[in-house]
Amino acid sequence: MAYDAVIIGAGMSGLAAGIRLAYYEKSVCILERHTTIGGLNSFYRLRGRNHDVGLHAVTNYAPPGAKTGPLSKVLRQLRLRWDDFGLSPQRFSTVAFPDCTLRFSNGIDELTQQVRQHFPAEIDAFSRLVTHISAFEVASFEKCPLSARAVLADFFHDALLIEMLMCPLLFYGSASPNDMDFSQFAIMFRSIFLEGFARPFEGVRRILKVLVRRFKELGGELRLRSGVRAIESRRGRATAIVLDDGETIETDNIISSAGTLETLRLLGGADDRPAPVEAGNITYTESIYSLDRQPSELGHDATIVFYNDSPKFTYEMPCEPIDLRSGIICSPNNFEYERPPEEGRIRITALANPAHWLNLPPEQYEREKNYWGQRLLESALRVIPDFRHAIVDTDFFTPRTIRKFTGHLNGCVYGAAEKMSNGRTHLENLYLCGNDQGLLGIVGTLMSGISVVNAYLLK
Amino acid sequence: MNPDDIRRVVVDILERIAPDEDLTRLKDDVPLREQMELDSMDFLDIVMELRKQYRIQIPEDDYPRLSTMAGTVDYLSPLLKGAQASA
Repeated sequence: MAYDAVIIGAGMSGLAAGIRLAYYEKSVCILERHTTIGGLNSFYRLRGRNHDVGLHAVTNYAPPGAKTGPLSKVLRQLRLRWDDFGLSPQRFSTVAFPDCTLRFSNGIDELTQQVRQHFPAEIDAFSRLVTHISAFEVASFEKCPLSARAVLADFFHDALLIEMLMCPLLFYGSASPNDMDFSQFAIMFRSIFLEGFARPFEGVRRILKVLVRRFKELGGELRLRSGVRAIESRRGRATAIVLDDGETIETDNIISSAGTLETLRLLGGADDRPAPVEAGNITYTESIYSLDRQPSELGHDATIVFYNDSPKFTYEMPCEPIDLRSGIICSPNNFEYERPPEEGRIRITALANPAHWLNLPPEQYEREKNYWGQRLLESALRVIPDFRHAIVDTDFFTPRTIRKFTGHLNGCVYGAAEKMSNGRTHLENLYLCGNDQGLLGIVGTLMSGISVVNAYLLK
Repeated sequence: MNPDDIRRVVVDILERIAPDEDLTRLKDDVPLREQMELDSMDFLDIVMELRKQYRIQIPEDDYPRLSTMAGTVDYLSPLLKGAQASA
């Protein structure tokens, strides 16, 4: 008996796709290679401590009762309530460049005030940009390339302001180096500056557990430790999936969140078709420090700090193992929770060169992690109070870790630079969702899974 | 089902897909999209919920007839004639 659909990957987009299919009574199975769910946004436990993998913050924050915006849309489509995600809003975040720091919080007011203060000649242009972005219609499955930097250069004279606005949006994120399509810029600007950041107290596991429970309640099947070895096809249609252990699963449709190239590789060598996209190479290392006190006790109140050491922000795969010039400091404690978390946490993230980390021999890998972790910490201490004396535990992950646990090429976290925005492949019943379909972040990838199912599998 | 039952079916579905909306004062002759936040995704859900609950298919060409509550009730009348309203 063939499934109506098999979904490859139990990350956000796969789970959302699964929920939509199961809700409308399609027989659906999600296959996940790893021992647990979440993919690029997963969670783990180490030495008695819970940690999130990708999550710094959920963007697109909207308070309860909001009826518009991507978060509300996603909740409606998945038949979830606002409370299900348990989101607490951020305190505030900063963009810290050498001669200027801009502070922002949820909603555009604080950033507008800061622009008025630090870039007074640009305040009118900034207001016009906000209006333009708020009204901008993002056509979901269309491609009409327009450089965000070019658009910003039409609005602003001050290059520093452009760099500082681009910085968080590139980091959170862009699959393409240094610039992005203006429609993607509008999406990111709305999600970060107009809407904002939030986080569940328990971290990403709160969201994942809600999604999995919903999926299973609706009759969906989830199989962990079930890596896919191959997709069988015949005459332009996918027919079955072969697991790593050789088991064959027949299905009428396949939705893959594994990535464009990763998915096409599963079709086997018989296909001489040239690759439609190049592998993405935007990836990161991240240190996770556990502290014996709240970061705010050390004078660190900001939720997220985006920092850069010069007026110009370079966002691309570095030649060095880690790009020490810039980074993101995330403190998961600094959200408006009902009660403070037990321990302090500070996460420091920086762009990394995937090949360096993927190719190190094992003994050298551990040494390099320590060495570069140290250097990353020292460079981040420029912009945050010294918290080293409060550290009780450290973990450090690299593109190698990401590649190992998610299967994404290069350990890339935002997918290929070129998106398959209509979610189609050359096989009529093989679809793509997740980063490579185009939408990023938790809300974005949930929407991606939902959109692909709505477009093709429910009519 | 009589028109009141059908109207209740539609309101139930709207409650499912948009639980945060106030549906108590919906006007029957004003397009639903003007009275609440409904986009094409929500509209697809209305159609899919009808299929799920009452096994009726609505061709895409007929979607414009479902723009108001009155139009929707009219359209569904012959399709739901034999159906039982849920308790």
